[in-house]
Amino acid sequence: MASEQDKLLEEVTNREYQYGFHSDIEMDVLPKGLSEEVVAEISRRKGEPEFMLEYRLKAYRNWLKMKVPDWAHLKINEIDFQDIIYYAAPKKKPRLDSMDDVDPELRATFDKLGIPLDEQKILSGIAVDAIIDSVSVKTTFRETLAEKGIIFCSMSEAIKEHSDLVKKYLGSVVPPEDNYFAALNTAVFSDGSFVYIPKGVRCPMELSSYFRINTMNTGQFERTLIIAEEDSYVSYLEGCTAPMRDENQLHAAVVEIVALERAEVKYSTVQNWYPGDKEGKGGIYNFVTKRGLCKGDYSKISWTQVETGSAITWKYPSCVLMGNNSVGEFYSVALTNNFQQADTGTKMIHLGKNTRSLIVSKGISAGRSQNSYRGLVKVSKNADNARNFSQCDSMLLGDKCGAHTFPYLEINNNTAKVEHEATTSKIGEDQIFYCNQRGINTEDAVGLIVNGYVKEVINQLPMEFAVEAQKLLQISLEGSVG
Amino acid sequence: MLKIRNLRAVIDGKEILRGINLDIKAGEIHAIMGPNGSGKSTLAAVLAGNEAFEVIEGSVEFNGKDLLDMSPEDRAREGLFLSFQYPVEIPGVSMTNFLRTALNEQKKYRGEEILSASDFLKLMRDRKKLVDMDSDLTNRSVNEGFSGGEKKKNEIFQMAMLNPGLAILDETDSGLDIDALRVVANGVNKLRRPDNATILITHYQRLLDYIVPDKVHVLFKGQIVKSAGKELAVELEKNGYDWIKQEMEA
Repeated sequence: MASEQDKLLEEVTNREYQYGFHSDIEMDVLPKGLSEEVVAEISRRKGEPEFMLEYRLKAYRNWLKMKVPDWAHLKINEIDFQDIIYYAAPKKKPRLDSMDDVDPELRATFDKLGIPLDEQKILSGIAVDAIIDSVSVKTTFRETLAEKGIIFCSMSEAIKEHSDLVKKYLGSVVPPEDNYFAALNTAVFSDGSFVYIPKGVRCPMELSSYFRINTMNTGQFERTLIIAEEDSYVSYLEGCTAPMRDENQLHAAVVEIVALERAEVKYSTVQNWYPGDKEGKGGIYNFVTKRGLCKGDYSKISWTQVETGSAITWKYPSCVLMGNNSVGEFYSVALTNNFQQADTGTKMIHLGKNTRSLIVSKGISAGRSQNSYRGLVKVSKNADNARNFSQCDSMLLGDKCGAHTFPYLEINNNTAKVEHEATTSKIGEDQIFYCNQRGINTEDAVGLIVNGYVKEVINQLPMEFAVEAQKLLQISLEGSVG
Repeated sequence: MLKIRNLRAVIDGKEILRGINLDIKAGEIHAIMGPNGSGKSTLAAVLAGNEAFEVIEGSVEFNGKDLLDMSPEDRAREGLFLSFQYPVEIPGVSMTNFLRTALNEQKKYRGEEILSASDFLKLMRDRKKLVDMDSDLTNRSVNEGFSGGEKKKNEIFQMAMLNPGLAILDETDSGLDIDALRVVANGVNKLRRPDNATILITHYQRLLDYIVPDKVHVLFKGQIVKSAGKELAVELEKNGYDWIKQEMEA
């Protein structure tokens, strides 16, 4: 890792958000605003079966009765839901079987982002599903995966081609009425990724989704569903970027994971949505519901997230440990700078016996940002011998930022063993001076110290992502110490 | 190599260094001794560029350049090394990574070629042997969970890696048992060359049994009040600092 580190340190010269470009791709866009007609139109344009339309409308009607949650430690400007575009798709419909059919402008976009859509170019063996605004544009390595019976495709396709699986599992972990943003997502989601790993199959490569918001005033509402059958394994990665814009843009995704007996799912996110400028103007509102259901005995779901982007992050990847002896893990780095706000954490719901959960959360606050960890550990009456260990660390850079920890415990079984450790540290001037004295400048020193601090989490990421995550942390902290 | 003239420095409004004058030539080892609170560690910190201290007067010339005008990292890159009295822990950052970053930064500054990974590891092996450093220490995070002795050894190891022109050892001997002291002293002696120099800041003469200084200075109330050859250290050990205090106050 040493050489990567060095390279990263050298590379860091770019002070601004480097993914802030906008591409001119011809888009098929629905007018702004939300109504039953818009919901129906989305479903129609996607050629969805009847059951989806009903499902969406039901969610929409529910949503109308709900309120924006206000319990998080966030200051959110009122969102005008009628001022958002709910559907934007590239006009040239890419045929999924050949790269040549993809709009060259679109390819250029992904090249700029460093997303390899060209299968020959992929040495690392990552299958990619690229989603721009609302629509999945290209899924790579489908044939290789299909040989093993693995389904990796866009949600739209899954709805049409694997409707029994979708019917069975969609909303089974995050029901449409779960929360405000989940209801909204259910009504208007236009695409996302679908993964199905058959019984006994270990997915031979990392599966990856790349999300990008492009069109102005669009909301992105993607929907991801991962189903891991008995004795299967999959590692799934998610990355996100957006152009720089003065207005806030809404991102409200839902991710559902189902793990059956002895299945294991690793879900990693490097979230780098546009965070807004140094004055706090613009940026993505990221309201995401992610939940995994350890349905089978001995199943395991592991969330790893590196959150550096978004103006506001509201996100609690959770595990429902239903199967006996199932395991849930949550590794998180949340970095906030300038005027960013993050309220993120996890929920570990212990239902089965001998269930275990681990929470490692590392918050880093700089600038005038506010960074909160919010975590719930719940042990139900029948969850004998449940175990949880939580480690929540916060690091402060400077004295204008805030770090907050809100741990909640609900223990209804006295055989449970729950441990919580929390620390708050300031990046030490003595640490920086020590680095300075060895010839390392302050900015690099901060990068080094922060990357050391988050190592436990970064180590959970696949290699390529770990490198990208380290780089992101470094870039996100540029100019925050001085 | 180093020319200090009338150096005065304050912290929290209190003057700690009250007009230091000192000349050090290449190839020399100087010991700076003195009672607690005389300003020894402050001198080391000010030379290294610790911003907790404010220089209010005086000049320091290092290899012909104005040292006080440079950032701490540039002083390091110019070849000034401080062995910390209390080395700092940096959790999660491996010694290897830390040193490689440091060495490369220094090399870049001097326009030298950066070492390849394999050359760097070779250098590490070689230097570890030179200072008798336990191998597993370099696999751990910087100073994290190191014993007091290990931390000090680690400072000398870093010095061996970075190969400075001027090394300042701030109480490197304090808290060391006799074996560790010998290891540290051996390291310093082996690294001695005609073109580098060392300042030993110490409270006790003990270290000077192993490292023979060319000059010994006594710092008292922020000034160098006595300079002589190595015999001064022996005298201090025998008679303590009281006679100096009396001499000064007389």
